[in-house]
Parts: sequence; structure tokens; C-alpha cells
Amino acid sequence: MGYSSKSPWVIHYDGSSCNGCDIEVLATLCPGFDGERFGVINTGNPKHADIFLVTGSVNEQNIDVVKEIYEQMVEPKVVVACGICACSGGIFHDCYNVIGGVDKAIPVDVYAPGCAVRPEALIDAIVKGIAVLDQKAAELKAAK
Amino acid sequence: MGKSTIIPFGPQHPVLPEPLHLDLVVEDETVIDCIPQIGFVHRGLEKLVETRDYNQFIYVAERICGICAMGHSLGYAETVESLMGVEVPKRGEYLRVIWHELSRIHSHLLWLGLAADAFGFESMFMHCWRLRERILDIFEKTTGGRVILSVVAVGGVVRDIDSAVLLEIENVLDGIKGDYEKIVKTLLSDTSIKNRTVGVGHISNEDAISLSMVGPFARASNVNYDVRMFGKGAYGDLSDFEPILDAQGDCYARIKVRCLEVIQSIDIIKELISKIPQGDIITKVKGSPADGAQAANVLEQPRGECYYYARGNGSKYLERMRMRTPTSQNLAGMTVALKGCDLADVNMIILTIDPCISCTER
Repeated sequence: MGYSSKSPWVIHYDGSSCNGCDIEVLATLCPGFDGERFGVINTGNPKHADIFLVTGSVNEQNIDVVKEIYEQMVEPKVVVACGICACSGGIFHDCYNVIGGVDKAIPVDVYAPGCAVRPEALIDAIVKGIAVLDQKAAELKAAK
Repeated sequence: MGKSTIIPFGPQHPVLPEPLHLDLVVEDETVIDCIPQIGFVHRGLEKLVETRDYNQFIYVAERICGICAMGHSLGYAETVESLMGVEVPKRGEYLRVIWHELSRIHSHLLWLGLAADAFGFESMFMHCWRLRERILDIFEKTTGGRVILSVVAVGGVVRDIDSAVLLEIENVLDGIKGDYEKIVKTLLSDTSIKNRTVGVGHISNEDAISLSMVGPFARASNVNYDVRMFGKGAYGDLSDFEPILDAQGDCYARIKVRCLEVIQSIDIIKELISKIPQGDIITKVKGSPADGAQAANVLEQPRGECYYYARGNGSKYLERMRMRTPTSQNLAGMTVALKGCDLADVNMIILTIDPCISCTER
């Protein structure tokens, strides 16, 4: 990716994560790793967001919340599964209340594994997400 | 008297990274009732003891909560050790407490940042998290992990810290202390912060005791209770330990108590580093817990007292593992503090209680 066509705003939702990945998502945007140099801003409003960062697996209670946030986001949109729980369920895969990774609820574009996911991996995933975003935007334009 | 309306708070809310859902019953701008709804993070970890043996479960225990990861692995290990009568080497105990107090600093700095963000003080959020990165650098250097440390094992710890690194930790903490005191001075003397927090979300001492609140939330209402004062493990070797108390019981008092606890933790770590004995760090543990053996344990987590209970059944799998985490104690206090407050103060009150939802729901 040579340049990015826009500054992606992210929205973060904690599925059933242990908080480890959540604080790493926030740490990515803070001075130590400075994700904001890619123009990334954390927003609380799904309608403003381009990239959806989900941490943790989905369960019966939160699967509707994850789907609803995804549906409220405007096209084009990218989903990044942050941490191994969001990718596959991880260490909790055989818990009775865990359905599995986030891809059981919504389509995932980039997977960032790790327990907890490292900020470097997250930055990499977000940058990859920007490329997917550009591609999706081009496809939308072509379809018009 | 206006008509009452229900305003939902969460589960996805910008002020809190965790999914806490509250139904706020409001009349005009006043919250008259609040109904918490939980279960968004429930995974069912207590049942996992049936399929993970007591050594493996320690890695599940520390993933109960990523912020108090060190505390949960320590609390679980201590419970299993007293179940099996294992004696931990002195150096192992000291190292455990050093890491545990470091994670208290990291947890309080994280909380301070989020609280500052809740009243719109974003540069303070960034400053707190910048300081916190230096604690995480110590973690990374000594354990290899930033958040999930995996250093505690049943019987001791699996990694030693050599004296050169201990000296370095001391220097880093001195540096952090200087920067931190500047931040706290700004935060506690700021007029707009006082306007937002003084007298807001008041909990009286009697309420705090009758609702059995724990941790800094209770200590801000003058409840003299901190598990560390019983002197378990390396805490017993401290020359002096006094819980930090405040009599006001409002949001400002809670901020103040947590701010001072960071300085206290820095002092504890420095004292332990100066006293740390040489020797083994882990005792080899053989066999499995006896059938019907029971053990209970309490530990002061960053958010308050956490209670652990374990029962063996003669095999290497535990029969039952139970935790009662600080936030599940404090949720009752939170609903009381929210009653009668302004809708605009809800963020601030919830943040100063420092809820940890994934601990609560497990």
C-alpha cells in the first residue's frame, strides 16, 4: 500500500474478551505506539466508523450487539478480529457459553491473532484494513 | 414530577471499553433508578476446571481479566497451594508481590486515563497511558508479555529477576514517580474537575459497610479494609502498611484514594526490592489435591478484595473453583450511587467505581 485514500475511524467493541485485547487496542492509539499517525481516531458512533475492531468471541448475549453495530456502519466497512478469541475462540473455545470467533456473526476481513494481541500486530492489521477499505470503495464505485 | 423514561447505557459506550448495560430510569434529567443487565462477557470459566488440570487452569485463571491478570493467577495459585500444603520459597513470594504491585500501578494508571477521558480531559488520558507504557516495558523485559504475564505457577514463579534488572526497575519507578506526581497535582487541583466530582455520587460509610463494598471504592467512604494489611506472603515483611482512606465518599475522594495508592505501591515495590532474599523461586509440586480438601483465600486486587475457593476430589482436576470478584461486590454500591444523580454525571460515577466486567461475569 503506497498511500491511504482516507483517515480511517475505528470503533471498538468488546465481545467476551478478558480486557487484555481491549487495553491493547486503546494502547495502540496512545503515545507509545501512536496509531493516530495513520489518521486513526477512535469513535463511539458506528455511523462514523470505517473499521470495526472486535475483541473477544461471540456468545448468545452479545451476538446481536455485534451484528447491530456492524449493520449500523456505512459501506464500505472493514472488520478486524483482534486477538485469538475473536479469531477462533482461543483458550475459551470449549466454554459452554462461547459460540466461536467473530466470523460466526459477521464477515471478518483481517485477523490479528495473539493473546493478548500485540499493538504492532494491531497496527499491521489496521494498515491492511485500509487497503481492504480502498478496494471495497473501488468496487462500490464500479458497481454504481 | 416528570414522566419517567428509560435511557439505555451501553453495552457499547465510548466511555467504557467494556460491555456494561444499564437501564437508566430518568425523570427529567435525574436518574431515579438503574437496572444493570449483565452476561455479555460470560464465558463459563469456573466450569473449565473440569477439563483443565490444576496446573493448566492457572493460564485460564489469569485470562479471567486482562487488567488484573497477575492478581488472578496469584490468587488461584495461593488457593491451590494452601489446598495441597505447598510452601513457596521466600524469593518467589517477593517476586510475586513485586509483579502484583506493578500491575496495580498499571491498572490504576489505566483507570486514571479513562476517568480523565470521561470528563473530556483527553490530554491527561494520553499522559497517563504514556506513563503506563513504562510499566508495561518492565513487564515485557521481565516476563516477555505485556498484559498476560504467565509467570506464576503453583509452587512459586517461573522466572527470576536478576539484581541488575531489579535496580533498573527501581530507577524506572523513580522516574515514573516524578512524572506521576506532576500529573496528580494538576488533576487534583483543577477547578473544573472539582466541579464535576466533589459531592457527586456520594456513598456514606454506613452504606458502604451494609452493601459490603470493597477496594478503593469502599476506602473512599472510610472503610478501613485492605487485604494487604493482614500481611500475607511478602506483605508481612513490610515495615509499615496503612490502607489509604478518605472520609468524603464522593467521586473526588475515589480519585484521590486511587491516586495515592499508586505512590504507595511504588514505595512497597522499592522496599521489597531492597529486602529481597536470595534462593529458589519455585517448589516442585507433586501429587494432586486430596479428596474433599477445601481452601479459601483472599487477595487485594487493584479493584478490591477478591475471594477464591477451591475443592479437590483426589484427581489432578479440581472439583470446584469459585471466585467472588471485587466488581460483583461493588455493583450494588454503584446502583445506590447512581440513584438521584444527574444524567450527565452517570459517566463519572461509573468510571470512579472502576468496574471490571469480565472479572464479574467470568
